[in-house]
Parts: sequence; structure tokens; C-alpha cells
Amino acid sequence: MMLQALPSALPPASGDPLLEVSDLVVEYPVGAKIVHAVSGVSLQIARGETLGLVGESGCGKSTLGRAVLQLRRPTSGQVLFDGQDLTAMQGDALRLMRRRVQLIFQDPIASLNPRRKIGDIVAEPLVISGVKDPAKREELVYEVLSAVGLDPNLVVGRLPHEFSGGQCQRICIARALILNPEFIVCDEPVSALDVSIRAQILNLLEEMKARFGLTLLFIAHDLAVVKAVSDRVAVMYLGRLCEVGPSEQLFASPAHPYTELLIEAIPVPDPDVRPAETVPVGEPPSPIAPPSGCRFRTRCPRADQRCSDEIPELRAVAPGQFVACHHPLI
Amino acid sequence: MTGNILLSVEDVVVDLPTPRGNLRAVDRVNLTVGAGQTLGVVGESGCGKTMLSRAILQLLPKKAKLSGRVMFDGQDLLQLSREKLRKLRGRSLAVVFQDPMTSLNPVLTIGTQLIETLQEHLELDDASAKKRSIELLAAVGIPAPEQRLSQYPHQLSGGMRQRVAIAIALSCEPKLLIADEPTTALDVTIQAQILDLLAREQRRRHMAMILITHDLGVVAGRTDEVAVMYAGRVVERAPTPALFKKMRMPYTEALLAALPRIDAAPHTPLPAISGRPPDPTRPLQGCSFSPRCRYAVARCHAEKPALTEAESREHQFACFHPIEIHAGAGA
Repeated sequence: MMLQALPSALPPASGDPLLEVSDLVVEYPVGAKIVHAVSGVSLQIARGETLGLVGESGCGKSTLGRAVLQLRRPTSGQVLFDGQDLTAMQGDALRLMRRRVQLIFQDPIASLNPRRKIGDIVAEPLVISGVKDPAKREELVYEVLSAVGLDPNLVVGRLPHEFSGGQCQRICIARALILNPEFIVCDEPVSALDVSIRAQILNLLEEMKARFGLTLLFIAHDLAVVKAVSDRVAVMYLGRLCEVGPSEQLFASPAHPYTELLIEAIPVPDPDVRPAETVPVGEPPSPIAPPSGCRFRTRCPRADQRCSDEIPELRAVAPGQFVACHHPLI
Repeated sequence: MTGNILLSVEDVVVDLPTPRGNLRAVDRVNLTVGAGQTLGVVGESGCGKTMLSRAILQLLPKKAKLSGRVMFDGQDLLQLSREKLRKLRGRSLAVVFQDPMTSLNPVLTIGTQLIETLQEHLELDDASAKKRSIELLAAVGIPAPEQRLSQYPHQLSGGMRQRVAIAIALSCEPKLLIADEPTTALDVTIQAQILDLLAREQRRRHMAMILITHDLGVVAGRTDEVAVMYAGRVVERAPTPALFKKMRMPYTEALLAALPRIDAAPHTPLPAISGRPPDPTRPLQGCSFSPRCRYAVARCHAEKPALTEAESREHQFACFHPIEIHAGAGA
């Protein structure tokens, strides 16, 4: 297989991969400088799997999600979806392929056109994909709106502003599901929602995943949220993957110092757990001039000369767990 | 509450006229904060927690109607003249807002904003105000503080801007700091650093703090007492350990249960709270949480429960069917 030839380690997903990203690079110019948003990321997502992608703002996680769907063309690298390279596709072929993939955004209210009725918003993918029979469209809209827990009769004729954030996110999910996609990129789908609503939407996503046999790339900055829905988790820092592993294992024994830092920083809702005084580890450097070698080294307590000289490659530390670190914790 | 009471909020009501009718943002809230203590105010968006902090600071929208009493350090803030209030705010009553980009003035340097505050409230000459500004920036963990004085807010990261906002708030040694979602706009590693910074400065200065947040995780380890708000009212109030261990209000229980936990196995369904908070312009006759509450009975829909005492005076809840009673019934 051609993938064997690639230099960087490809963390294999269990089972048959639906998505294979190899050595993906996304760079864009800002004035005379170049933002290194994604720098050589490789990952696989198996059919029916949820891969969680975590990282702080500016780490390139959203850019990666968009580059996978070709909403931003990657600078280099390959994205194989069901064996076909999306980066090589153009025009109609890509449009056709896009029916099988969907995207859910962070801000549900901003991602719905405020002047259009919910029924039309949800039906639009059908119109674009050429479902000409209005009765058929209506039937599908009603079906999908019921699936996401909304009453179609009360919803279709109304405008987005008449709904709360949680309901708008349900509408966005309905719109993403209507073409019966195989793969959905969820980009911070619950970050804008309140705690009580967040749980509803997370449960809904899990339910929809089971019902429609979906494969998900779930992007978020909140580790607890990511763990709740993901089979495996990939941790991203300044454009590169630090660690990939099965959720439970990664949280129980993180191998990368950055993963550990992220886990320790989560405030635990238990008054007996006194928050550990954090080591002042500073802030992420700019993706315009990322540090040489390991990009985390400027904040890492374990960093030494080797970390600034040599880029750590992803390598296995435990079954299914991969880390890009010269001095891993396990 | 031990020690001297620094702030007491008594029967505070905030009404906002809206095109849809009157919106009662804060509904008869009573709270106290002792000197050097931290009170956490927890609630979801629209529960009135920010309006409450603005009522204390008297920074409400012009059309808002405020009633009740806010006693701070022996003075009734609602009776003070504008001039006296202005002298108090920034001096002994300081605030840190959620978004440091909008709370700092984008066209003034960090130094100008710090020195302005210092000279407004303390009689400092230019040289000593500048010296103190540098000390403050260093105290909040800003590297190269001297160079920062000539920088503008946009040249700093979100975390650094929040540190500057904290430095300004701390500049005149306030007795009470109101931190309104101070870390919501920040990344999780930066959030931990900012919360540590606030806790450290609070201890060092023996300052009281009101920490307003939607995140129960943030208040758990960092407050002495917590007030949970729902639909404008305080629905439970307790010393922090009691709130988490012996909660009585079903809303508090539901809110805590709905949080994804890092120690839970993946794909564990979350006990979500069904429905959503009531429309604040259409107040309910009964308990505001009753439509979403799994313990609700007919009385809950008809009558509003008042805050009543649990086993101690410090622990209060507003519910006809508090949790322990149901625990025996196997709920």
C-alpha cells in the first residue's frame, strides 16, 4: 500500500478507515509572513468511529477540520476519503463527494441564515443535490427534524431568531443529516451552549451517530466534552499532533507533557480536589514563528537541547497510543 | 459567615423594560460577603448573575429599575451620589469583566490606563505612579513589564490582556473584587493560571471576591460559599463543601450531573436537563425550575418556594421537595 511509504507514523485506527489524512500541511500568508496552521498531520478515522481533536485556540484544529473537507485547500498532503483523494478532486467530482461529508459549526445562530425559514434552511442541501420533488423534500425535512427532537409542524415556518441556541444547534444538526452523510466534522458544536443544553446536544449527537451510522471528527477545546463522545482522542499543539490514543487510556496515562498539562488544567467540580497551583508555563508561541524542534518545548518542563534540535515524530508508546515527544511520561 | 460582613445585598430587584414587557432580571436576591471571603455565583446565561453584579456596582443599563439595599463597607450604595460612587468604584470596589478586549480601551496604552486609575484614586506623582504600574504588571505575571507600559491592548494575547485588567482592578488595593466570568474567554491552561493569580492576590491582599461563573468546576476549589442562581433568583446558597456534598435543590443536582466528567467512561449518556429556562418576560407562577424538574408536583407549579434553611443557617434552598426526601424514595 502506498501509505507504507510515508515517513511519518500513521496511527492506525481499529478497523477499516473511512478517512486517512497523511502529512497534511496548511499554510497561509499574513502580509509577508506565513502562518504555519497545520504542519504535517497524519491521522486515520475508522468507519463508525469518533475521533476527538483537542487543543487550545490557534492550534490549528479548526483549520485541520476544514482542510479535511477541502473548504480550505491544504498546501500539501493527502486526504483519502473512502479511498479517494479529496485533494486531487475538482468541480463536480468534489461537489458530489461533499454530499457524503458535512460540517457542524460552533455558533449555531450565526450559521443559520436569519432571513430564511427553518424548513427552507434544512431543505437546501436537498435542493442543491437535485431532489426536485417538493413533496419528497418536505417528507425528508419532517423526518430529520423529528429525529433531532423538534416538532416539524411548529418549526418549519419560523425564523432562526425565534429559537434558542440549543434549538438552533438541533436545526444545524438536522441540516447536516438530511443528505444522509457518512462523515461529519463537528467544530466545537457545544462550546457556545449552556451546561444544561450542552448535555442535550452531546446526547443527541451520540444518538444520531448510532442511528445513522456516522463517523465523526469532533473538534473541541474542552477535554471532558471530548472524552464524553470520542473513541480515540488526538491532541494538537501549534499545528502538530502531540499524542493520539484511545480516550480512556489517554486520559488515564497521558504520554505527552502537554496532554498532562491540559488534563491538570481542567477545573474539577469537587471541593475536595484543591486545584494544584499551576506551574507558570506561559502561553503558546505564535504559529507565524513556531519554535524549532518540538513546538511545545518553550512551555515544557522536560525540554532539553534535543527538543530544540530535533522534531519528535509520532511513535507508539502503548497499544494504540502514539506520542510525539523525546521525553514521554510513559 | 465568619468575620465582618463587607457587602450585603438585601432584597435586590432589577427590572428591565423590554418591548416584550417587563423583564425581572434579578428577583429579590439576598447575599453577604465577609471580608477576605470568596463568594461564587453560579448560573447559566440569562440567570441574572451579571445583572446582579452590575446592580452592586450600579452599572446597570439606564432604563433598568433597581430596588433593595446594597450595603458595602457601612454605606448604602444605592443612596450614594454619583460622585461618591465614582470614587468608590475602582478604589475599594473593583471589577474584572469577561472580555479583556472590550474592557480595556483599545486606543490607550497599557501604561496610560494603569496610571490613570492610580492617579484618579491615589495621590501619586507621575514617577511613583509609573513605578507602581510596573510593580503591578510584574505581580500579575507579565514578563518585561516596563516595555508593556507603552504597548496597546491589541499587542497582547487574551491571557495577557486579562492580566492587565486584573492589574488595573488591583491597583488601588480594593476591598472587594467582582470577577465576572474572568476566564470564560480564555483557553483552559490560561484559565488555570488566571484563577491561580486571582486566588494568590486575594490571599495576599486579604481582599473579598465575588467570582461569577457558569462553571461549577471553577467555583468548587476556589470559593468559600456558593450561590446558585436560576431565572433571576438565588435558588440555593451554601458553604462550598455543603453545596457539592449535601445539595438540596434539584437544579443544583441536575446542573452538576449534566457536566461531562473527565473521570467518566466515553459514551456515557449525560443526564441532561430537558427543556430550557423560562422566558424571563413571562414569569411563572410557581417555581421557575418546575417545568424541567423531575421531582416537581402540583404545588411546585402553583406556588413559588422561598429560600429556607437546611440543617445550618448558612445553607439555604428554595424548593418544596428538596433532594434528601427523594433519596429515601429511591430516586
